[in-house]
Amino acid sequence: MNLDKALQTFIIESHDLLQDMESSLLRLESAPNDPDILGAIFRAAHTIKGSAGMFGLDLIVNFTHVVESVLDKLRDGKIVVNGEVVELLLKSGDYIGNLVTVVAVNGEIPTAEMIAVESELSLRLSSLFNHDNNSLSSASEQDGVRSAELDDSAQMDVWHLSLLFGSSVLRDGMDPLSFVRYLGTLGEIVNITMSADTMPKSEYMDPEACYLEFEIDFRSEADEETIAGVFDFVREGSVINIVPPRKKINEDISIINHAYESDQRFDDVQVMDGGLEKRHQTKDRKVQENRYIRVHADKLDSLINLVGELVIAGASTNLLAARSGNPLLLESTSVVSSLVEDIRDSALQLRMVPIGETFNRFQRVVHDVSQELGKDIELVISGAETELDKTVIDKIGDPLMHLVRNAMDHGIESAELRIASGKPAKGMLYLNAYHDAGNIVIEVADDGSGLNCERLLKKAIERGLVTVNANLSDHEIYNLIFEPGFSTAEKLSNLSGRGVGMDVVRRNIEALRGTVELDSEPGVGTTVRIRLPLTLAIIDGFLVGVNHATYVIPLDMVTECVELDVRERQAGRQRGYLNLRGVVLPLVWLREQFDMMGEEARRENVVVVHYGVHQAGLVVDDLMGEFQTVIKPLGHLFGNVKGISGSTILGSGEVVLILDVPSLIQHAVERENITVVTEQNRFLTTT
Amino acid sequence: MGALVKSGAVQSMDNAEEQQQYLTFLLGGEMFSIGILNIKEIIEYGSLTAVPMMPDFIRGVINLRGAVVPVIDLAARFGRNQSSITRRSCIVIIEVEAKGDRHDVGMVVDSVSEVLEILASEIEPPPNFGAKIRADFIAGMGKVNGKFVIILNVDRVLSIEEMAIISNGGIQNIDPERALAT
Repeated sequence: MNLDKALQTFIIESHDLLQDMESSLLRLESAPNDPDILGAIFRAAHTIKGSAGMFGLDLIVNFTHVVESVLDKLRDGKIVVNGEVVELLLKSGDYIGNLVTVVAVNGEIPTAEMIAVESELSLRLSSLFNHDNNSLSSASEQDGVRSAELDDSAQMDVWHLSLLFGSSVLRDGMDPLSFVRYLGTLGEIVNITMSADTMPKSEYMDPEACYLEFEIDFRSEADEETIAGVFDFVREGSVINIVPPRKKINEDISIINHAYESDQRFDDVQVMDGGLEKRHQTKDRKVQENRYIRVHADKLDSLINLVGELVIAGASTNLLAARSGNPLLLESTSVVSSLVEDIRDSALQLRMVPIGETFNRFQRVVHDVSQELGKDIELVISGAETELDKTVIDKIGDPLMHLVRNAMDHGIESAELRIASGKPAKGMLYLNAYHDAGNIVIEVADDGSGLNCERLLKKAIERGLVTVNANLSDHEIYNLIFEPGFSTAEKLSNLSGRGVGMDVVRRNIEALRGTVELDSEPGVGTTVRIRLPLTLAIIDGFLVGVNHATYVIPLDMVTECVELDVRERQAGRQRGYLNLRGVVLPLVWLREQFDMMGEEARRENVVVVHYGVHQAGLVVDDLMGEFQTVIKPLGHLFGNVKGISGSTILGSGEVVLILDVPSLIQHAVERENITVVTEQNRFLTTT
Repeated sequence: MGALVKSGAVQSMDNAEEQQQYLTFLLGGEMFSIGILNIKEIIEYGSLTAVPMMPDFIRGVINLRGAVVPVIDLAARFGRNQSSITRRSCIVIIEVEAKGDRHDVGMVVDSVSEVLEILASEIEPPPNFGAKIRADFIAGMGKVNGKFVIILNVDRVLSIEEMAIISNGGIQNIDPERALAT
């Protein structure tokens, strides 16, 4: 067995389990006595303990054992669930996570700091325990624990083996007994328990199948590999667990195994007992679990790259087929290209992950921070099923965290203030996600006091971000908080208010080709809207030609195309904007933007693009139509090219550049802002 | 022609003496050489896409079997005029390391000549001045048939970090101290 690999699995698994445990704990607050939730928490802790034991991670085992004991009492109703207990368990969960990271991932010894945390937690946990010990019933239980410990010391060098032979063992000509006998040659079998619990009723029994399982305590000098080697022949189809000696968890392992098997037993047996519902539940859960396959992200990436190549190669085949004019060839290529499209879509789908998991993590954040701030805040999540690219999800966590903390710290007022202004004392925080025009929009909203426009403007002028007589709309003023070095917090708290936050948020989001904007209504609340592309890999593009060069504009940003007629051309060039059906459209001449030499084209077209609330016209020579395109990053060398976001390869093999519409628009808007405002006023007065 | 040189280069990479093998090429009438270890292939010059707002020495990008590879104009990188493209112009694809990753970079040369063996004892340290190109671009001076051939330090000449700084700053010829300071 490759221990490294198994350890990896353990690490991933325990993080998942801790996550489950955490969300269950948070749910427990609202439903304190739900046995299902309690059971889930207990199982999570128990599994972690058991697995940690298999790897000899005693530190984790010991601490988790304490947690588990408390959980056990909770489950039996001997300790009452309250906020304090949940709090303590949440902290314990965190600590286990830390331990896993330090001990299992880094292979280090916990620092003194951690040990201090541990002893404090253990103390508080056992105080719960002892408090409970006053009652009679648990005193005996305490004895039970002690005696179990005594047992453990007696079993110091005893291996524990639990064997569930595969049902085909007998059919394959093996005799389970012979393995047990052979095992006896390696050491001394201290204790052996055989059970045939998995055996169905006789009329359903298959006489050729093996239903036997063994629990063996085994004293031996042999190492694990040798012992495991005994069962090499029956490894396939059998469940064999070997627990090294000197672990106090022997019994737990077998409990896990029992639990695991009993699930299966339900499947097989309970049909006859009429326990249909239970069976369905177990089945359903099993199906759910089996629907996921863990795949290394690199494999997925290389698959997507290959699909990208396929799309490009397919486009070139289409081109050649169209040129040849052979109808049969054309037909077959069109079939192929529609298949390629399907493959592309499903390959991209593989990377799509619902955002719910990321959102759910904030339950905990909100829980913790609201306690820290002494505010009562409820988090409402919607649109959790909205899917977006895994790479985007991974990178959105930090900015979201910041926004959520900010909303809680600055957005939502204290309970007294809220009541004074006629709002319910409980503050609401909303996380929402939805799809919109090829983008995904994530909203972080609060029902707090909103932003104070005047204060923001005052601050901005103080910091020299805007001039005193700048004429800004409320919307523009709100978005000033994304400028570097801008913080409105009057007093600093340890949560936010250091003035490094919001501009970092914006930078992170822009790195994902997204934008962020903020809307606020005084007294009603603030909404921060993050707009992100669905995927970073493939876009639908619109091909345009400028001075013999070809560029791609992401299609979802193109609103329309208009021809720039000769009269407009001169006027437009002078004014820098176009009158598009009475709306001012700032223009960007790509030819000038990109410093291109060469003669002016005979005819020019305007591609009207939009991004967020802004619109602009890109002036190009030729319009060449739609094209599906795989984004190829340009690499570090072109890291900061303004106006270009990436490249792609045409069917002809030519590399074309993808225009970065947001940065072009931003440029245009900045440049034309003053003109536009004044012209707009003129329009209003003339029309 | 490109394929011929390529196969020669690949074959000679197999033996252990490869350290001492160098590809020589012409640039503006002058002969330069680079160690063949970093060379991936040599292709004909063609179908290059210019990237706007880039300094002279970045000619553009090409499609190398589905990968987008930047192409450097070596002459412009040395602070001269851009190479004029002729029938014999080639792009030498070289693997360089930047920020722990390996990247392919192409460089335009006027024509490639041959693969030479130069013994380590025949290589002189670079002169401090007088070579007309930046001293840190030169790995050494190889003696071939009584004449000196400049052996280029590929990692410096095609340093992605430095070129990125220059292209972002929009400054053309920056000296290394300043480049590092920024």
